[in-house]
Amino acid sequence: MKSGKDKGSRKRPLSRRSFLKGAALTSAGAVAAVATLGHLERAEASTPALPEGVAEQLGPGPVAMELKINGKIMPLTIEPRVTLVRALREHLGMTGTKLVCDRGSCGACTVHLDGQPVTACMVLAVDARGHEITTIEGLGNPDRMHPVQDAFVHADAMQCGFCTPGMVMSIAAALERNPAADLDAIRHSVAGNICRCGTYPHVFAAALKVARESGGAKGSA
Amino acid sequence: MSRRVTVNLGIPEAPREVTVVIPDDEPTPWQLGDHFTIVGVETPRVDGPAKATGTAHYTYDIALPGMLYGAILRSPWPHAHVKNVDLSAAKRMPGVRAALKITDGEIRFAGQEVAAVAATTSDIAADALALIKVDYEPLPFVVDMEAASADGAPSVFSGSNVGKPQTSSSGDVEHALAQAANRIEATYTTPVQTHVSLETHGAVAHFEGGALTVWCSTQGVFTVRDDLAVLFNLPPDKVRVISEYLGGGFGSKFGASPEIVIAARLAKECGVPVKVMLPRGDEHLATGNRPSSEQKVRFGADATGKLVAIDLVQRGSGGIGGGAGSSGPFKLVYPCANVRTDERNVFTNTGPSSPMRAPGWPQGAFALEMAMDEMARKLNLDRLEFRRRNNNNPIRAIELELGARAFGWTEKCAAKKSAGPVRRGIGVACAAWHAVGASGPEALAIAHRDGRVEIRCGTQDIGTGTRTALAIVAAEELGLPIAQIATEIGDTRYPFSLPSGGSMSSPSNTPAVRQAAAHLKDKLFKIAAPALGAEPTDLEARDGVVRVRFDPSRKISFKDLCRRIAGDSISAGGDRIPNYAAYRTDQAGCQFAEVEVDTETGVVRVLRVVAVHDAGTMIDPLTSRSQINGGVLMGIGYALFEARRMDPQIGLMMNPTMDDYKMVGPLDVPQIDVMFLDVLNGGTNTGVLGIGEVAHVASAAAVACAVSDAVGAPIRELPLTPDRILAALEHA
Repeated sequence: MKSGKDKGSRKRPLSRRSFLKGAALTSAGAVAAVATLGHLERAEASTPALPEGVAEQLGPGPVAMELKINGKIMPLTIEPRVTLVRALREHLGMTGTKLVCDRGSCGACTVHLDGQPVTACMVLAVDARGHEITTIEGLGNPDRMHPVQDAFVHADAMQCGFCTPGMVMSIAAALERNPAADLDAIRHSVAGNICRCGTYPHVFAAALKVARESGGAKGSA
Repeated sequence: MSRRVTVNLGIPEAPREVTVVIPDDEPTPWQLGDHFTIVGVETPRVDGPAKATGTAHYTYDIALPGMLYGAILRSPWPHAHVKNVDLSAAKRMPGVRAALKITDGEIRFAGQEVAAVAATTSDIAADALALIKVDYEPLPFVVDMEAASADGAPSVFSGSNVGKPQTSSSGDVEHALAQAANRIEATYTTPVQTHVSLETHGAVAHFEGGALTVWCSTQGVFTVRDDLAVLFNLPPDKVRVISEYLGGGFGSKFGASPEIVIAARLAKECGVPVKVMLPRGDEHLATGNRPSSEQKVRFGADATGKLVAIDLVQRGSGGIGGGAGSSGPFKLVYPCANVRTDERNVFTNTGPSSPMRAPGWPQGAFALEMAMDEMARKLNLDRLEFRRRNNNNPIRAIELELGARAFGWTEKCAAKKSAGPVRRGIGVACAAWHAVGASGPEALAIAHRDGRVEIRCGTQDIGTGTRTALAIVAAEELGLPIAQIATEIGDTRYPFSLPSGGSMSSPSNTPAVRQAAAHLKDKLFKIAAPALGAEPTDLEARDGVVRVRFDPSRKISFKDLCRRIAGDSISAGGDRIPNYAAYRTDQAGCQFAEVEVDTETGVVRVLRVVAVHDAGTMIDPLTSRSQINGGVLMGIGYALFEARRMDPQIGLMMNPTMDDYKMVGPLDVPQIDVMFLDVLNGGTNTGVLGIGEVAHVASAAAVACAVSDAVGAPIRELPLTPDRILAALEHA
């Protein structure tokens, strides 16, 4: 990737966060970060058109931006280094999305970006501009639950519940892609979601129930 | 006043009549043959919708007006004197509101708290830590138990790192071993496991009007309250601790741990609420772990396959903490006339241990059950049969038969071993626990004029379904649908309860809730009786209706009855009286496992587990099954993957992340069949037992036994990583 300004004066050892902070300062960096998400070419299109070779300059101070979350435009002013999960939780008060590992290895912060499941700790909020962001709050609420949420409750696909929003988001995206997903497909769709309570068997059962009710699915949990 | 009641207890097939003396105001204990409406029915957890929609509020989700974010600086050195902590640059940083020195000058593990800051955002707080200048004087350290035990090893505290032995002895082990027809001797080791609760440790603290309110991710709101009251010199009623939802604990979240105290100190300093939630890495380093173990086991057995001697010489390291013993299973699972245990804690410069799901038992069960297998092979006895011959618990006897049949033990034993590179193996291991609960908890039941019933109890739900279990018990007693019951827990403003640990919550709290509900029912019956032209004692509550027992046409709905409440509500308390004299402590379980071992790569896959457990009165098979699944899966992780890796040269943990510290993920999950045996406990009015620990005791052991069967060689070291499997195959 093409680096932006020289960050060599930073005395702290390079952490993932400081890497992201540096990377986010230019659109070139933004594209590099988003590329890890796959399928999301729209990220480039969403940033303002600039002459070739000229990078978008953001930060390092707070930047005003808008995010489209659950169909609503939400304005916020945050440093470009703020990840999407922290923007949601700490700046927008949307705490349904959980932050657990902060390095994309546990799936607890899974949200949908244009319908694709992504770990929100690995996406900078600035890079989510121009995308349709769906969080657990956008899927349903206790009075009107999404079929996956309802199935999770009835199969008891949760214990402490801290991984549950991420699990629900992963399963919902998988069943959106393939409504008749079988057990194997379901297992793979949550392969990146860690549950320390070990509640996976009931997660599979819940997902299979939804898949079966939509007319497909073979295999049992 | 007290009364005598006769109840049927034990296994449905062979009930035991027992007379117990109970106080007059204690409801008649549930017993075999009682017809339940909701007890024993699969009931989705009452807070399921909140958890599935992200609306459940955990400590991590608490945001208060003006709240600051705290962060903790930790020592990069495993052993050091802190000569100076310079906070000035951090304090000058824009957005920083407070910086505190935390250390007393002595660092004994890498990750120990040194200083803390509070700032307007979490990012600024993290940045500010980099501006704190600490002058460390590094000292010699030791992180490896073997090295720490050697003469001349660096002292973690002072003097020898090896603690005084804790010993127990019955009979004459040396004599019995000398006389035994068969003897085996082997040494087993287990790694340090970390809890990895998904919600890290942390708290939001707020001082206001001379009172301290703390939201924290804790398994014991009252223990945290008492600790904080002492530390901040406040009367207990000026400290309120709230834990509405808690993202896992597994034993690591008791008491006012450092981050809770730091949040409160920062809040006091700043005069506004402060939130401190640990980053993931800190969670692995500093919030507790299951100690390691090295267990030298000697068994003697006679010619008939009976154990005649069990000898355990053990040491384990819980870092700068203790509690590394593992003798429980050796003393309590298989009866033997001559048993000797000798356990020693070894201090190392690593993070302190804390209780973890059945403290000491999974490590002990691993060594015990592997030794059982080694002895069975020596005796040329079927491994299940060897366990049967050495079992005297009638409940476990039934469980072993049920489990063996469901698992197909005999058929699998008879099946021909594959000649190909992938080999299958089977194993069985036994569990025991003593989840009978204790007296202490109280509960309050409130009926409102609109017909809602509230149950308040200061326990907490670590994910086991405590809220749901309490609601089920109240619904059963009051004859109401569960939707009409609201359970309020996790707050020191509610009636006292115990910490949630040791599988104590259900057996300790359900009897208090049932008593409170029964007392509330008595009050409501007194209101209903005149309207129905009957005595209160003639009434019963069922299906949302109160009716005359001998004339069901005379009835009033619960809602109509509540409208007759004079004020806004009526309430009644209940308490948890001590276990009745008849209670049993022989809670048993067993688990069977089948694995597949790739002999070319050393990779192990668990195919199936059958878990058979005794849960006393089964309150909710659905949430109970979740707990057993979880115990089994955590055990598979312990058997195959999990280990805290320390670098002995630099004294640091090398894998403090959720990708490098490998746990069971969705693709590692086998088929798990859970079976419950209904056995009334006889100690309380509900007869409930806890199952969180017993679910986990035998899991790693059963998997290891199956792996040993597959590779045809003893297994003596966890976790069973491919390199160890390949090494074991070489010796097969």
